[in-house]
Amino acid sequence: MSVLHLAILLPLLAAPFIPLFFWGLKRIHTGWFVLIVPVLLFTYFAGYMPTTSAGEVVTKTVSWMPSLGVEFTAYVDGLSLLFALLITGIGALVVLYSIYYLDKDKESLGHFYVYLLMFMGAMLGVVLSDNMIVMYMFWELTSISSFLLIGYWYEKERSRYGAQKSMLLTVFGGLAMLGGIILLESMVGSYSIREMVANQAVIAESPLFLVAMVLILLGAFTKSAQFPFHIWLPDAMEAPTPVSAYLHSATMVKAGLYLVARMSPVFQESPVWLWTIASVGMFTMFWGSFNAVKQTDLKGILAFSTVSQLGLIMSLLGLGAAALHYEGLDENIYMVATIAAIFHLINHATFKGSLFMMVGIIDHETGTRDVRKLGGLMTVMPISFTVAVIGSLSMAGLPPFNGFLSKEMFLKATTKVASMDFFALDSIGLILPIVAFIGSVFTFIYSLLIFTRTFMGKAKFELLPKTPHEAPVGMLISPVILAILVVGFGLFPNVLSHSLIQPAVEAIYPSLVAGGEEVEVHISFWHGLTPELMMTIGVVLLGTLLFWQIGRWMGIYNRIPHRLTLNGMYDGSLVWSNKAAYRFKDNYMTGFIRSYLIYIFVFLSGMMLFTMAWLDLFNFSFENLAEIAPYEYVLGAVVVLAALAILFMRSRLPSIILLGVVGYGVALFFVFFGAPDLALTQLVIETVSVALFLLVFYHMPDISKKEVRMRFKIGNAMIAILVGATVTMLSFMALSNKSLTSISEYYKENVYELAAGKNMVNVVLVDFRGFDTLFEIVVLSLASLGIYTMIKFRTTRRTKGEGAHEAQKQTRQ
Amino acid sequence: MKRKSKPVNDVILQTAAIIIFFIIVIFSIDLFFAGHYSPGGGFIGGLMTSSALVLLLLAFDSQTLKTVLPIDYRLMTATGLLIALGTSLHSIFWGRPFLTHAYDKFHLPLLGEQTLHTAIAFDLGVYLVVIGVTMTIIQTIGESE
Repeated sequence: MSVLHLAILLPLLAAPFIPLFFWGLKRIHTGWFVLIVPVLLFTYFAGYMPTTSAGEVVTKTVSWMPSLGVEFTAYVDGLSLLFALLITGIGALVVLYSIYYLDKDKESLGHFYVYLLMFMGAMLGVVLSDNMIVMYMFWELTSISSFLLIGYWYEKERSRYGAQKSMLLTVFGGLAMLGGIILLESMVGSYSIREMVANQAVIAESPLFLVAMVLILLGAFTKSAQFPFHIWLPDAMEAPTPVSAYLHSATMVKAGLYLVARMSPVFQESPVWLWTIASVGMFTMFWGSFNAVKQTDLKGILAFSTVSQLGLIMSLLGLGAAALHYEGLDENIYMVATIAAIFHLINHATFKGSLFMMVGIIDHETGTRDVRKLGGLMTVMPISFTVAVIGSLSMAGLPPFNGFLSKEMFLKATTKVASMDFFALDSIGLILPIVAFIGSVFTFIYSLLIFTRTFMGKAKFELLPKTPHEAPVGMLISPVILAILVVGFGLFPNVLSHSLIQPAVEAIYPSLVAGGEEVEVHISFWHGLTPELMMTIGVVLLGTLLFWQIGRWMGIYNRIPHRLTLNGMYDGSLVWSNKAAYRFKDNYMTGFIRSYLIYIFVFLSGMMLFTMAWLDLFNFSFENLAEIAPYEYVLGAVVVLAALAILFMRSRLPSIILLGVVGYGVALFFVFFGAPDLALTQLVIETVSVALFLLVFYHMPDISKKEVRMRFKIGNAMIAILVGATVTMLSFMALSNKSLTSISEYYKENVYELAAGKNMVNVVLVDFRGFDTLFEIVVLSLASLGIYTMIKFRTTRRTKGEGAHEAQKQTRQ
Repeated sequence: MKRKSKPVNDVILQTAAIIIFFIIVIFSIDLFFAGHYSPGGGFIGGLMTSSALVLLLLAFDSQTLKTVLPIDYRLMTATGLLIALGTSLHSIFWGRPFLTHAYDKFHLPLLGEQTLHTAIAFDLGVYLVVIGVTMTIIQTIGESE
């Protein structure tokens, strides 16, 4: 157990102590104790920066399940360090913010911080694990803790709905990913990601390559809210705002991006990888931004905007794969896609985090998040307004904020697509810059909407549940820090390029940097009159025009009927599958034992006949058969006739008698076939059981004594004939295919020498196979005790009568 | 059972039953002891004994049978199971597998030279269980209303 492992597990180890603080120190907000954890971790992980920027990696292994190849291997390289810093850094800010956001007297803070720490530990585990099974474990832990956090206000129906939806979708993806992991392991023979990267050629040649890739991508897409799995994210906005800021903008939804980036070295040689990720990401970007415009809830806008931005990063990660198809790094223009992806990942975490916190402040101070009720808050809440403007303009991609730089790089990457001469990128690929352009226009519009509708326009304070005023200082610290970072990264973009971005990019292209080359990351603020700058100017012009005329075209959103929307389909499929399952169950679980007997018998003979036909067992030989004596014919006829006659009896009494006839006939058969013990037992037992039948008949209620002949049902008759024929055929075939001699010779020879007996049947029963007899007498004892208890219990209940029944009813209530 | 309240004169049946009872019991004991060499054994023996008891039950009534033979048949079942289990178990104390029977010749007072076999003890367990089971079933059903 190294310090690194302890660092990963620290949040999980600290979580059990949170309730102690919550219950023990009521006067101090529990969040202050929690805050120590991410701050400590952030400083610890920051200490790794020199190591990774020098191109080195740190690996620490703890043996967990060595026989299964599952080791807890912690692995720090540029990519995982970047994520670890994001998780702990934003985590610290979110905890600080939540201290002022959540009331220590009204909320159950113990739960909140336990879930939050659980999530933080799980997220660190995801990004720092080299073993995929361990990573999967942490991955599901993020799903579970996210489920708990979304449903934090569990009294609200919408919270429970959102929690369930996110759980279903992300766990679906997680399980698909597990399938992919297992497939990859079967190709490489190891769960280690580094082993997989090293054996990338083996994976590429495997026939299951595509299946594994699609399964892994399903996990990444559901987690990162890509189209069409993005629908859980807007509903997850029912969570407390610190949770939305942390999980659903900065960290958890980026787990999918991390996975894609991490698995890039394994898959990115394939054209399918580039195309799938780039097109899904690009469409998600457009769809998210398009839908964000129509939202009236501020968090709804931010949720769809997150979806859109995640799509942007995802498409960049896909396009980055093109870099592999060029030799060397010097003139490699496609490196820009991956650099842009990493840079935008950082930028998005900063501005989206600040925007969410700003929305939380508005919600907290005015009592609503509905943009139709808000307006004119600029003069009342100047600091929040500043944060909102900085965040929104950065999101829109305007200078001098960091969003501008990454947006420029994004547009550059998409415009370069057309000049690639492989994977049909030069023809179909032309759509990508157009979609990117449209998506950027909508991004521009909703970014403007966020602060103009909230802070500008006419003040309608009388409509608000609370009188608005500026938030307390403590609540403003975190968003202001993030806003400062937004401006800082915008003005000095290269502070991070060597320390964080370059090692992260190198982790995505291990094959390119293998020769000792270094990725040159240089983000320049002014890069000349390039096509992407023209596009940005176009975005601003068109966006302003559309924003100005927004009332005229909002109508298009109402054109899509609810049933055809993705949410409608999701709800419909839940209802439908529930109904279908119920209908299916109601159809075959009839509650009548005759139905179940039909299934059993049909299945029995069906399986037997199928096996006989499959193995071609239909060979009947009648060679080694014994002679049939005349009296055996007579007896056989009597037994068969008696059995058949039972079916046609009008009354039950003759049926019982006929059953007795069959039994005594069988006893006679035992006599003929030389089984005196069996004959004796059969005679006595038959007598007893006929007597018992008569007893039951005598005690039958009068209603069912009505003498009706059994109704003839053709289906039942067919099944009976089928089963009879199958069993008959089976016994004939078993007789014809007898291949081994019987063991009875041994008994015959040794019955006197070994067991000192001459009645072989009895010696077998008590000596050779006495074990069976021992448990047969146990069966008999149980049967008698069963009858005894059944009857005794029935009589006591009957004597107490209605009173007992009433008492039972009352206890049930 | 419903006609129990009405006194019926069953002198012939009762007299015959008393005589036949002993014949059946002796026959059942013979069946039981002969089991190792000729048809019979604990199971048939037990069934025969209980049929003798049923005969008494028919000729008299269950209360009479209880006073004549005050036996708890559920206890009898348990005893039988214990005997069978004990016979099966004893061999493991001599380092043999479970249910290994042993036999030897013994010189007994009065009976002279006889072969004794632990299998007969096992069969005795079966015998007692069968009687206990049959009588429990018949008594419970017979006494229920």
